[in-house]
Amino acid sequence: MYTFPNRLKITFLVLVLVGAAGLVAGFLSAPSSIAEAQSMVADAHHGGGHGETHGEAATISHGDSNAEKNSHVAETTEAHEDDHGEHLLHQLQNKPWAALYVAAFFFMMIALGTLAFYAIQRAAQAGWSILLYRVMEGITAYLLPGTLIVLFLLVLSGMHLNHLFIWMDPEVVAHDKIIQGKVAYLNVPFFLARAVFYILGWNFYRYISRKYSLAQDAANDISNHKKNFRWSAGFLVFFIVTESMMSWDWIMSIDPHWFSTLFGWYVFASMFVSGITVIALITIYLKSKGYLPEVNDSHIHDLGKFMFGISVFWTYLWFSQFMLIWYSNIPEEVTYFLTRIEDYNLPFFGMLVMNFLFPLLVLMNSDYKRSNYIIVGVGIVVVLGHYIDIFNMIMPSAVGDQWFIGMAEIGGFLFFLGLFLWVVFSALSKAPLIAKGDPYMGESERYHY
Amino acid sequence: MSSNKVIHALYDDDDVLLKAVKSIKDEKHHIEEVYTPFPVHGLDKVLGLEGTRIAIMSFIYGCIGFGVAVAMINFIMIADWPQNIGGKPSFSFLENMPAFVPVMFEMTVFFAAHLMVITFYLRSKLWPFKEAENPNPLTTDDKFLVEVAVEENEKKLTALLKKTGAIDIALIDKDH
Repeated sequence: MYTFPNRLKITFLVLVLVGAAGLVAGFLSAPSSIAEAQSMVADAHHGGGHGETHGEAATISHGDSNAEKNSHVAETTEAHEDDHGEHLLHQLQNKPWAALYVAAFFFMMIALGTLAFYAIQRAAQAGWSILLYRVMEGITAYLLPGTLIVLFLLVLSGMHLNHLFIWMDPEVVAHDKIIQGKVAYLNVPFFLARAVFYILGWNFYRYISRKYSLAQDAANDISNHKKNFRWSAGFLVFFIVTESMMSWDWIMSIDPHWFSTLFGWYVFASMFVSGITVIALITIYLKSKGYLPEVNDSHIHDLGKFMFGISVFWTYLWFSQFMLIWYSNIPEEVTYFLTRIEDYNLPFFGMLVMNFLFPLLVLMNSDYKRSNYIIVGVGIVVVLGHYIDIFNMIMPSAVGDQWFIGMAEIGGFLFFLGLFLWVVFSALSKAPLIAKGDPYMGESERYHY
Repeated sequence: MSSNKVIHALYDDDDVLLKAVKSIKDEKHHIEEVYTPFPVHGLDKVLGLEGTRIAIMSFIYGCIGFGVAVAMINFIMIADWPQNIGGKPSFSFLENMPAFVPVMFEMTVFFAAHLMVITFYLRSKLWPFKEAENPNPLTTDDKFLVEVAVEENEKKLTALLKKTGAIDIALIDKDH
């Protein structure tokens, strides 16, 4: 049995408190009036010359660009200034909300990606990974709090407490033909009902598979194992549909004019590689503390192969999405990448280095995948890289070019990091770290490459 | 080697073969070669063979393929005959780079794969119409053959091989 040391508890608590302080500071510093917003931007950019460039960027960056463009043409310059100021105010007010949402989504996504990996191991009757089952179950323990927090934020958006999802604003919809055409799908009650449906399904599988996994420890036959196999196979079917729809709902709809048909896969690759990386990081941590003695470098090697392979898979999907849109150069599609390349140049291309080039070159060597130090080093870069990936998906549509990694962003990350680790480590301490009743346990213990 | 005599021991199971090779090695006999109809997992480790270096060559060949692709596309699409395709005039390699990525990827894989196979053939001394070297045609079917050098200890070695589960043992004098 693993005991959750007090030293770690204090560390995680500090992370949560520091993160909460950063979030509060972020929310307090958000402007409440147009004048305040304009003076903030003027201060930050040393006045003059900004208004022009921003106006240009804002029309292509925000989802309601069409409606805005029409009103721009019709109205006088003075009205344009007001309109612009209001837009800026919304972006700056969105910023702490978006920072909170990105971090909440990111850590929920790690738990969900791990749950998918776990279900695949169960459904494939894998033999090598049994030793890691309890680590995976520990990580997926965050799924329930994580999804509930995301649901809570979505409900707040539905109550118009923030403007993350502009299609929720009846004013915007009234002036926007494209969103009007999507109202049958994009309306608040149906949106929240779908969210509840996904969350119930995922957490039901997590609950039932954990129950059978623990029951198998003491069982004399393998009936629990067989039931787990069937539920896992069923869950994977449910998951691939709901995950895809979740990515349209919770991320793609923030920019309701734009769509990409492989977006669900792209988000899946991101969550899958983040989940696998976190499994490797926590396994190596536990092993360094003397737990999981049977985990050998072949298990780490296999996790490293998955990290390498899924990083390349992620890049494949990223590039497939990018190249088709870049090549066809259709205005309503290409704005998505224009804003990201113009306003988010460093995070956009930096993320490619962190998520593709770095793991590709470092993890290519077979021996490096067996080294704990290298897996930990690459793992930290990959996890941060995928945080930036989610940041790049959400921020440009929510705050336009008004982004920076400030107190709210760092605070949000630390808050959910602390909460995530607290939940994971307390779940790890609740059950034996070795699923000793599993029929494939022997194979996993003897596993060598 | 004091003589040119070898013993050919035949096995009919890969697990038995692995254990046999281990015990032959433990008794400090010199194993010249093992012939198997398929790759036996873990045999290279038991025999104490060096790890393959073909992965390094694969990486180098991939880099060559990548370089060839860049040079080739740059010449064809930019330097020699720039064309305006889909409103994207090819006057700069970097600006058109995303469209070239699939070609660069395929050329990398093509070079790595083909040159690696050719390297493997050269290192294994294989070429068309080469005469087979395996001493017993059964090793192309379902039997495993271990070739052990004999040095004044024929009886002891034969006894050991019998104990390890060999189904047939033959003394071969390579001079004749």
